[in-house]
Amino acid sequence: MKTGIAPRLLWSTVAWLVALIFFFPVLWMWLEALKTEPQAASSPPTILFTPTLQEFQEVLSFDFPPFFVNSAFASIASTLLVLVLGLPAAYALAIKPVKKARDVLFFFISTRFLPFAASLVPLYLLARDLQLLDNIFALVIIYTTINLPLGVWLLRSFLLEIPTDLFEAARVDGAGFLSELRRVVVPLIAPGIAATSLICLIFSWNEFFYAVNFTSSVAATSPIFLVSFISGRGLFYAKLSAAATLATLPVLMAGWFAQKQLIRGLTMGAVK
Amino acid sequence: MPAASVSRREAWLRRLPLLPALVYVVLVTQIPFLMTIYYSFFSWNLLRPGSFRFVGLDNYAALLADESVHTAVLNTVVLTLCAVAISVVLGLGIAVLLNQEVFGRGLLRTLIIGPFLVMPTAAALIWKDTLLNPLFGLFAYLLTPFGLGRTDLVNQFPMATIVAIEVWRWTPFMMLIVLAGLQSQNLEVLEAARVDGAGALQSFRRITLPFIRPFVELGALLGSIFIVQTFDSIFMMTQGGPGEATTNIPFLLYLVAFQGFSIGQACAIGVVAVILTMIVASLALRTLFSIFQVERR
Repeated sequence: MKTGIAPRLLWSTVAWLVALIFFFPVLWMWLEALKTEPQAASSPPTILFTPTLQEFQEVLSFDFPPFFVNSAFASIASTLLVLVLGLPAAYALAIKPVKKARDVLFFFISTRFLPFAASLVPLYLLARDLQLLDNIFALVIIYTTINLPLGVWLLRSFLLEIPTDLFEAARVDGAGFLSELRRVVVPLIAPGIAATSLICLIFSWNEFFYAVNFTSSVAATSPIFLVSFISGRGLFYAKLSAAATLATLPVLMAGWFAQKQLIRGLTMGAVK
Repeated sequence: MPAASVSRREAWLRRLPLLPALVYVVLVTQIPFLMTIYYSFFSWNLLRPGSFRFVGLDNYAALLADESVHTAVLNTVVLTLCAVAISVVLGLGIAVLLNQEVFGRGLLRTLIIGPFLVMPTAAALIWKDTLLNPLFGLFAYLLTPFGLGRTDLVNQFPMATIVAIEVWRWTPFMMLIVLAGLQSQNLEVLEAARVDGAGALQSFRRITLPFIRPFVELGALLGSIFIVQTFDSIFMMTQGGPGEATTNIPFLLYLVAFQGFSIGQACAIGVVAVILTMIVASLALRTLFSIFQVERR
């Protein structure tokens, strides 16, 4: 169907207006981050200004980097763990399915839907007794738990798409399970592994509830750094915005870069 | 070797790759949940050593009688229903809009999913301080001509603010799912309807809407599972207040467990939260399955 130019212009204008409204707070965050403190909290707001990276330098040279490194470590380590545990499981649910594979699959996803209230207190007590409070490995374990069900579902949905004879053809005679996984399965579903990693990274990078309750200083992640700005009364808007920009950048970039995988990952493989 | 034991060995070989993940999930989710149930029958405050004692159903009785718990349940329901309903409607509208032949569709989609990708803690901070602050915020300036200049929106309309932030965050999510649905639609059917003289609105209602209904349902289901757990924006913007105006179940749990350190009480809340979630999830799942059944017929 071809649309005439007039309605096309009309719809485009409306769509751009909507998009700009939704995107505005993000844009405003970037603009505030490039101002000086007096400009950032001025009324009327400063529209025309000479951008400065001063606040970024401030945040980066000050105390932000350790938080950022903790976030990166917790996200990457838990994502790797999800792949290591999830890939064999997905294999056992898709390629050579075990009996009652469907039940197992639904068990996995039911744990993702469990509210964190279900296991929070015992996990906290356990972490306390094992000296794991304010330890980044506690977050790695928890983020793996959060993402594993999703990972298994997603990886399985990618494995199911590969025709079985492709496996048969590529299968090495007498190869053990692990070498088959490494030499056959992994190369075949590389895009699936990328999509799964992306979703896991997004969820663990942005996670706040466990981070705020299980860490305090040593293992604190970037959202915790932002908590220190909670009582900002117009004094630190530029610095706050610079910190927020840095904290949000990795996920924003990753999500924009891989929009297609995003939809599939968010719906656990249901929507392609 | 007898045939039976060969096939049993085979079955175990098949199960083996599954076991690490399964054991991990059981260890970190199921066993703690059993402990949550166990602790919920005890009175135990971490700040008072030696206070561990069996109290039967007292914690549950206290929950039922507690006004704050009623408020938290109500707030959770209001927040979830409003945020899901509004973001589904908006998401559907924007998806339909982006499905038209608009200029720069890819860029438009990129801009609109921004709010969903931004770390919720960071977004809440930006909203609260640089946009909604009654003295220095941008909105205060923009609303001055309408006589609302110095209104402290977060304090005067706390629940509406939280709902608005969650809608801002979840509309892109709904939009993405519905748009994927719209783009998988067979255009020939629509073309045939047009040739048969169906108007745009008519074919949208009769053909497109039924087609994307499962996608909308999926978005609403997943959205409600996430929005029920809203914590970040409440923590950053209102701390559950003013009073208890924005205290939902997750925030109440946080207060009881990590501000009051009442382990027994917190566990009882956990058990109740799981039961409520199970009811909602099974209702939602039933709706979902019934829709798929209608489709197949």
